[in-house]
Amino acid sequence: MASVQSSARPKTARKSAADSDAAAPFTGSNIAEFTREQELEAYKMMLLIRRFEEKAGQMYGMGLIGGFCHLYIGQEAVVSGVQLASKEGDAVITGYRDHGHMLALGMDAKGVMAELTGRRGGLSKGKGGSMHMFSKEKHFYGGHGIVAAQVPLGTGLAFAHRYRGNDSVSLTYFGDGAANQGQVYESFNMAELWKLPVVYIIENNRYAMGTAVTRASAQTDFSKRGLSFNIPGVQVDGMDVRAVKAAADQAISWCREGNGPFILEMQTYRYRGHSMSDPAKYRTKEEVQKVRDEHDPIEQVRSRILKANMATEDELKKIDAGVRAVVAEAAEFATNDPEPDASELWTDILK
Amino acid sequence: MPTNILMPALSPTMEQGKIARWMKKEGDSIKSGDILAEIETDKATMEVEAVDEGVLAKILVPDGTDNVAVNTPIGVIAGEGEDASAAASPAPAVPATQHKPEAAPVAAEAKAPPQPAPAAAPAAVAPDPEIPAGTAMTTMTVREALRDAMAEEMRRDGDVFVMGEEVAEYQGAYKVTQGLLQEFGPKRVVDTPITEHGFAGLAVGAAFSGLRPVLEFMTFNFAMQAIDQIVNSAAKTLYMSGGQMGCPIVFRGPNGAAARVAAQHSQDYTAWYSHIPGLKVVAPYTAADFKGLLKSAIRDPNPIVFLENEILYGQSFDVPQIDDYLVPIGKARIARPGKDVTMVSWSIGVSYALKAAAELEKDGIDVEIVDLRTIRPMDVPAIVASVKKTGRCITIEEGYRQNSVGSEIAARLMEEAFDYLDAPVTRITGKDVPMPYAANLEKLALPNVAEIVQAAKAVLYR
Ligand SMILES: Cc1ncc(C[n+]2csc(CCOP(=O)(O)OP(=O)(O)O)c2C)c(N)n1
Ligand SMILES: [Mg+2]
Repeated sequence: MASVQSSARPKTARKSAADSDAAAPFTGSNIAEFTREQELEAYKMMLLIRRFEEKAGQMYGMGLIGGFCHLYIGQEAVVSGVQLASKEGDAVITGYRDHGHMLALGMDAKGVMAELTGRRGGLSKGKGGSMHMFSKEKHFYGGHGIVAAQVPLGTGLAFAHRYRGNDSVSLTYFGDGAANQGQVYESFNMAELWKLPVVYIIENNRYAMGTAVTRASAQTDFSKRGLSFNIPGVQVDGMDVRAVKAAADQAISWCREGNGPFILEMQTYRYRGHSMSDPAKYRTKEEVQKVRDEHDPIEQVRSRILKANMATEDELKKIDAGVRAVVAEAAEFATNDPEPDASELWTDILK
Repeated sequence: MPTNILMPALSPTMEQGKIARWMKKEGDSIKSGDILAEIETDKATMEVEAVDEGVLAKILVPDGTDNVAVNTPIGVIAGEGEDASAAASPAPAVPATQHKPEAAPVAAEAKAPPQPAPAAAPAAVAPDPEIPAGTAMTTMTVREALRDAMAEEMRRDGDVFVMGEEVAEYQGAYKVTQGLLQEFGPKRVVDTPITEHGFAGLAVGAAFSGLRPVLEFMTFNFAMQAIDQIVNSAAKTLYMSGGQMGCPIVFRGPNGAAARVAAQHSQDYTAWYSHIPGLKVVAPYTAADFKGLLKSAIRDPNPIVFLENEILYGQSFDVPQIDDYLVPIGKARIARPGKDVTMVSWSIGVSYALKAAAELEKDGIDVEIVDLRTIRPMDVPAIVASVKKTGRCITIEEGYRQNSVGSEIAARLMEEAFDYLDAPVTRITGKDVPMPYAANLEKLALPNVAEIVQAAKAVLYR
């Protein structure tokens, strides 16, 4: 996983990209410990995402979910850690691998699952599906099916925040593959030029479909992708929720203080195929197994909790059972909720 | 309680698959996440992971079994110590959780290949009069026909190269470029980053200098990132340079709805590109036409937008065993001769027309189907000739109604065959809404056979 660097992380955010170039990656070895509450909250959040996604995978196999379905399994710490660092009012936007983001934001698991099955109780009334879900209430702006389209959109959310003069930031997530689209750099330029409060969170899970980062990217250190625009960036161990939280704290305060955008390269890994129909011949089983065994984001928290006696096995089992119940209820709802009424075909085209 | 292992759906378009081999034996213990079996889908060989734990009590469908429908019980997992023989008793067909009959089957029907799939399709299409009678035929899928067309042209001309996302090492997101990297190497089969606007522009530049790129868009939905280079650079430069420059390039990939992939992945762009002078737009239906027209497109000195269809990729048709089989761009084909009403369509729309014609035949209505094959330049004389015979015309397409290809055909018929029309030209199109995800709504959004049948009766005043 993320290479473990021993250099201490910077205490304050750097003011220029040249400086940030020297910034040490955020890794488990140099990050502040979580409190018991934080560990348990992170554990619950990540476990909910994991169990939800496993269930979604099963339901896809049963034909209850159609089309494309991109699971977030393995990447749970990224959205969870950032979420722990953000506050009410911050906007969130991402691509099609979006179920985890919605759950971390506290969106109803039943509504998410029912959208996956295309039922009327889904968050988009069954009309958007897995890749296209939104929540005005939680400031979640999607769920986008076109790779990197969310990057200028997220920059626009930041523009709106600054325009209104509030201190909210935009948390704009995209993949290592998306990072090669031209509109990303058009966004970077405007964001720095106008000092927009946007944290660009690059979820580097090492592959874009079947293409390894090294086969698609001339610069594989994504924290440097803002260099020529003077946008600071750091690499983060995206499998360690504490490192993610610490990095997000720094980036978000940089943005809130009016310094402009910030780039976080989250080094993470997806365990499953790109979507459900990916034969995954481009990597070995051993590679996947090694990450699962040595860097699993949930297992890391679990063992820390137990080691520090923050909770007993029994208490964790209870959390587990609670999460399973939420997911079972979501699956049940999403299976039995009726399809949208036929009249919905013609609604929501124009206001 | 023993649990059934069901044949999983492993892709949006999968309806059946083959059990390539079991990776576990009867009696093996199973943990969640273990690989149970390898299954060949319409696209690839996939591994099936266990979701339940226990012992593999029984294998119900053995290695090598083909055409196993999704959701068929293929094995039984029993808990530790459970009686395996009890588990082997006939399994309930589907688990209770799965009873939402409208969902999958409806979507499948809306998109499914003509049933029964591979065999019926070619039989339903009239033989191409251009192919000499008695020519030997090979049955192949549209996917194979496209691959063969590219391979043949690459062998013939060293300037032809293939470029796009996942075309080389992954063998194509929809496996259309399978084997090309192995035969032609990475210089001529080029994986790009996800950067459509960039690589489209790059390929157009290469074409300006005389190379012949075959550019694959993973789907045409993503070509919208690149449409400026297609329209402003590829289509207009010949004209702007007073004829000096040229742009021999093929932009190809799946277009239109697949299955349940929702609004941003389901649009039909036929009418969009057909609006542009300087482009040719091709959208075949049969494997033979896909092959012959792609070869012609690669040789053509102009920019060609070559629209494929994901649902058609896996369908089989007869393809003539002719060396260097070329189909001319700009010529329609009569897919079914008839005398009462003309249906004009192309790409997957032809399959709707064929099904409607079969229905109408029961009522004694004899449909003539014009498979346009090329949308621009449009073979208007072929349409006019058919309408002179029938006096009626219905157009069928998945694209939106306003400014549809059907709108253009209706206008051309008013200009060139007004006196022959006995009824208004009727357009069957996709509904005027972004494609919904829900299975029932998606079905409603697409053209369907019933509305074509109804339209045919209406123009015949029956
Ligand atoms: C413009 C565009 N091009 C191509 C695609 C097809 N596609 C969907 S996801 C994907 C890979 C993206 O990889 P990455 O950005 O690394 O995100 P990840 O899937 O790893 O989360 C591709 C090529 C698309 N949806 N949109
Ligand atoms: Mg990726």
